Amino acid sequence: MRETTESPQHSHEDQPQTHHERPGFFRRYFWSTDHKIIGFQYLFTGMAMALVGGFTVYAFRMQLAFPGQSVPGWGRVTASDYNALVTTHGSVMIFWVAMPVLIAALGNYLIPLMIGCDDMVFPRINRLSYQLFLISALVLLGSFLVQGGAFGGAWTSYPPLSAKPQYNLTPAGASLWLGAVALEFVAFLLGGINFVTTVMNSRAPGMKMFDIPIVVWMIIIASILFMASVGPLVAGAVMLLFDQLAGTGFFDPAKGGDPVLWQHLFWFFGHPEVYVVMLPAFGIVAEVLTVFSRKKLFAYKTVLYTAVGTGVLSFFVWAHHQFIAGIDPRMANIFSLTTLLISIPVAEMMFVYIATLYGGSIRLATPMLWAIAFIAEFLLGGVTGIFLGSAGSDIYFHDTYFVLAHFHYTFFPIAFISVFAALTHWFPKMYGRLMSETFGKVHFWGTIIPFNFIFIPLFFLGARGDHRRIYDYSNFPDSMRAGMQDLRVLATLSLVVLLAFQVVFLINYFYSIFFGPKAPENPWRANTLEWVAPSPPPHGNFPEGLPNVYRGPYEYSHPDRVEDFWPQNEAG
Amino acid sequence: MSTRPIATTRAVTGIPTGRLAVWWIIASEIVIFGGVLGSYIMHRLGHPEWAHQSIHTNTWAGAFNTLVLLTSSLCAVLAHQAAEEGDGKKAARFLYLTVLGGLTFLTVKGFEWRSEIHHGYTLTSNTFWSFYYMAAGLHGLHVIAGMVLMLFVAADARQGRELQRVENVGLYWHFVDIVWIFLFPLLYIAK
Repeated sequence: MRETTESPQHSHEDQPQTHHERPGFFRRYFWSTDHKIIGFQYLFTGMAMALVGGFTVYAFRMQLAFPGQSVPGWGRVTASDYNALVTTHGSVMIFWVAMPVLIAALGNYLIPLMIGCDDMVFPRINRLSYQLFLISALVLLGSFLVQGGAFGGAWTSYPPLSAKPQYNLTPAGASLWLGAVALEFVAFLLGGINFVTTVMNSRAPGMKMFDIPIVVWMIIIASILFMASVGPLVAGAVMLLFDQLAGTGFFDPAKGGDPVLWQHLFWFFGHPEVYVVMLPAFGIVAEVLTVFSRKKLFAYKTVLYTAVGTGVLSFFVWAHHQFIAGIDPRMANIFSLTTLLISIPVAEMMFVYIATLYGGSIRLATPMLWAIAFIAEFLLGGVTGIFLGSAGSDIYFHDTYFVLAHFHYTFFPIAFISVFAALTHWFPKMYGRLMSETFGKVHFWGTIIPFNFIFIPLFFLGARGDHRRIYDYSNFPDSMRAGMQDLRVLATLSLVVLLAFQVVFLINYFYSIFFGPKAPENPWRANTLEWVAPSPPPHGNFPEGLPNVYRGPYEYSHPDRVEDFWPQNEAG
Repeated sequence: MSTRPIATTRAVTGIPTGRLAVWWIIASEIVIFGGVLGSYIMHRLGHPEWAHQSIHTNTWAGAFNTLVLLTSSLCAVLAHQAAEEGDGKKAARFLYLTVLGGLTFLTVKGFEWRSEIHHGYTLTSNTFWSFYYMAAGLHGLHVIAGMVLMLFVAADARQGRELQRVENVGLYWHFVDIVWIFLFPLLYIAK
């Protein structure tokens, strides 16, 4: 590959190699086609971007709680800073944290291991996918340095705000943002095609459709949803780029265009996108729940069919984001109905998970705490969604902090709670060591409690009519009624506490990678195939030959067996 | 990277992995062009006066280009047939003919655009022309991508290597062709 002698990487290649076949440091960690390394690349990039997302939210929440005062670590937050910070927080957390960690990192790491295979079917396309993703992240971060600063038109990028430089004041930032998002989509399309073809074509011998672990199914359904929904937004991004740079008027009524068209294209992607990240989170929770309650997953096929049903329905709900955009009220009725309908399959999944817990021998290890917290917190997110799905109440709640709090009660469980469940659950497999349970539990409570103290006050603020796109509330007497500023301060301080507790996680995680106690192959006594491989799995995953599969993934506490688990690859 | 992972050699579904991936690529491309065409159709329904713009497109040039693309697709099919028979050299020759078809298509398109821009119908004239250039331009990029891929596949096929790719690149080319079958009536003929 990159072996030209002029290349700056030359020094790496030249280092004396202790092992003959072992490639150099650079080739091993930066130019590898191994699915596990690519998974780690996505994971660590996602973690770094989560720090960016966390820092931006800290800066603008401080401005909201203490308007006009200098924020430690940032300085005075100007109005255009505020716009750029909010936009970057939203874009980064969804496109550069939730998507890469939940789908790309865990998908890459887990899929070949869980289906009993040695790699992805297109290893080099997989590597390209990560490289494109990395470039997209750098373009986004680079947009802070250009003239006018980073894009400030919100992560939804509605025209005319996003299309006209005289409105958004960030001519370069707006186009760079769009370019970064488009590049990131290409990366995930390549990754998604790889995932789907791998699971279709490279499963271990004997692994039938209903022997595939739920988390793999969920990542596959999510990848297909992504592929089927992102197209219109790519088309919209091309049109918006023309509007920004070439002076066309696709979204400009003065030139015969229509700004609401963007909203349709965006949300036709944007709503399925919620389920693109939600389904893998539900998959992770299913794996953790069964292992730590030593019970067969209640109604495997029901979970699968409801996931597919949710995916299909998710294409028919997008206009509930546009109830106040001037759409036809008859259309609003239809979209209210479909939105309320989609809560049925999701609620069904919740019930199935609770039924899985019922009568199990539950062990409250750290991953299990996260999995149970996911159900509890996501439930609040789902229930508050009903108010927003009904056009009548949404017209009042639209663009208030109620929407924001609802959104975070769904996305925080998806992008963080389920991810912490996954990271703690698969940590022994990934690094061959164990994390500290004590630190894990401190981090768990230090995250869950402040999380509720951030967003419950925001529900109340939203119900009192607090508009979400305001930079300094002290200019609005209606938003400064008794106690309202106190709630903002409470939310902000809770956020600072939550961010501080993430240090506990980072220390626990990185310390345990190097110094944690050694983990056996299968510390949780789980059934799925990744636990058959050594911890950490070597290149090629299964040194004793690829496994055969004899049964489904959730045969825990089988009455005919002494052991309470029954690995998928064990004959007889 | 000398030994290929076992994953790349399996085919549980019975469909070779390469072909399967091309179908998924096509599926994701369909929704991209679906977004473009859907937006165009919605606008077009709301703006009957665009008919006065679309009469300035060169329908005969578009019809000729349709014929060229269909003929090039025939060459792609013949290339696939040659590859099935194991005749890599013949397959490569047909692929070169397909590329020639793509080149003719782009040349005709270039003359068309030149004359339209010359007459004052540019990208920013109004939204009809914005759609016209944007949709055809996006399609043109796919034509170019298909041609480049085909040159690579033909170079391998000449030496009898990776013959299964002849079919895969052909599938992609048929897709590009079908997109044009939708673009042509929508942009040129609809009045």
